[in-house]
Amino acid sequence: MAEMSVELVAVERRVWSGKASSVFARTTEGELGVLPGHAPLLGELVEGGVVKVRTPDGETVTAAVFGGFLSVTGEKVSVLAEAAELAAEIDVNAAREVLRSAEDGEDASSARARAAARLKAAGETV
Amino acid sequence: MAAQLRVLRRRIRSVQSTKKITRAMELIATSRISRAQARVEAARPYAKEITKVLSALAGAAVSLDTPLLVERENPQRAGVLVVTSDRGMCGAYNANVIRAAEELQALLREQGKTPKLYVIGRKGLNFYRFRRREIAQSWTGFSEQPGYENAADAGNTLVSAFLAGSDDTDGGAGADGVEGVDELHVVYSEFRSMLSQVPTARRVAPLEVEYSAADSADTAESGESGGEGSSSGPLPSYDFEPEADILLANLLPKYINTRIFAALLEAAASESAARRQAMKAATDNANDMIQDLTREANQARQAQITQEISEIVGGAEALSTVGSDE
Repeated sequence: MAEMSVELVAVERRVWSGKASSVFARTTEGELGVLPGHAPLLGELVEGGVVKVRTPDGETVTAAVFGGFLSVTGEKVSVLAEAAELAAEIDVNAAREVLRSAEDGEDASSARARAAARLKAAGETV
Repeated sequence: MAAQLRVLRRRIRSVQSTKKITRAMELIATSRISRAQARVEAARPYAKEITKVLSALAGAAVSLDTPLLVERENPQRAGVLVVTSDRGMCGAYNANVIRAAEELQALLREQGKTPKLYVIGRKGLNFYRFRRREIAQSWTGFSEQPGYENAADAGNTLVSAFLAGSDDTDGGAGADGVEGVDELHVVYSEFRSMLSQVPTARRVAPLEVEYSAADSADTAESGESGGEGSSSGPLPSYDFEPEADILLANLLPKYINTRIFAALLEAAASESAARRQAMKAATDNANDMIQDLTREANQARQAQITQEISEIVGGAEALSTVGSDE
């Protein structure tokens, strides 16, 4: 199966990198799937989005991405994010707590979006 | 005599406890340097990628007249972000950065621009506040371990001031009521090595032309990373989601934030290195002082013993002469 290399980098660290057979993300224009050999593309991801990377072994890496950009060049995909967390690193209870407290206050919409994205990435229903 | 000895011993004890503190701070600073350097390293992949994306965009975008890329025709005001530390005890670190900032401001004034100060770090803030200089905004409390939120916080303020521009109408703020700036500069300490930190002034906006900078960065980096073939040759034509112009407008502020974050990380590493050096010097001085004081104390102790012996001998002699007289 064709492969491409994927890099998921946040500002403070490289979150994940490796081979993948497909990448799914949501840009401001809509849902986007990238397979190997995709045309070069630059996209802005939605605030508080979820990125899914399917590895050649059939595993799925899920990450919550905040303030991100997606760039596809030839056989390489990079996801740039201000902050990103892998599903395994996400503290579901803490995210729920944030979500609940954010629902009370109106102004915390970005905190709310972040918490929702983290829950989604961790495979929980919001 | 006894009093002098006691005073000396007390001073030795006090110097010893000071030494313990400086030594501990030296060790902490040493461990922080390597951590700060690791963070500088960890932030590099993102900086590299975003530069690549930007160069692709700048190469493809039809119009490059985004405000962040274009030189203003008649710059009146320039924002200067000074990155200092929150605590002292780091030798000339802050003094050097502030001197560089002063030089930059003098240069800007010569060019007919009014500098507008943005300060990070309590030391810089106190310096300007004491001299009653006007500070547009300041951020404190994170100089040793800056997070990206801190950089983004400062960066967003600077970018919005920059985008507002100095559309002044004689004396007052312009039509939008904001005292904007036409240029953005960052003054921080660059970490060269454990022993050398160089205060550096950089212009972050308007940005230099991207692709040439990215190309040189790529060639410089390909040497160490074994060379990526994709960076050479013509750039592929990209699809953009959303439109290139919007994408560029959204990406550039983030890029500036990244630059500021990189500056903060460098400054943190420099601060720790400067503090380690200063604290090492202080510990050495304390050692010397303890040695001198110990010698002095020994002398005083010996003098005291000698005096006591001569007093005893004198007393015994006096007694024996009194006895023989009878």
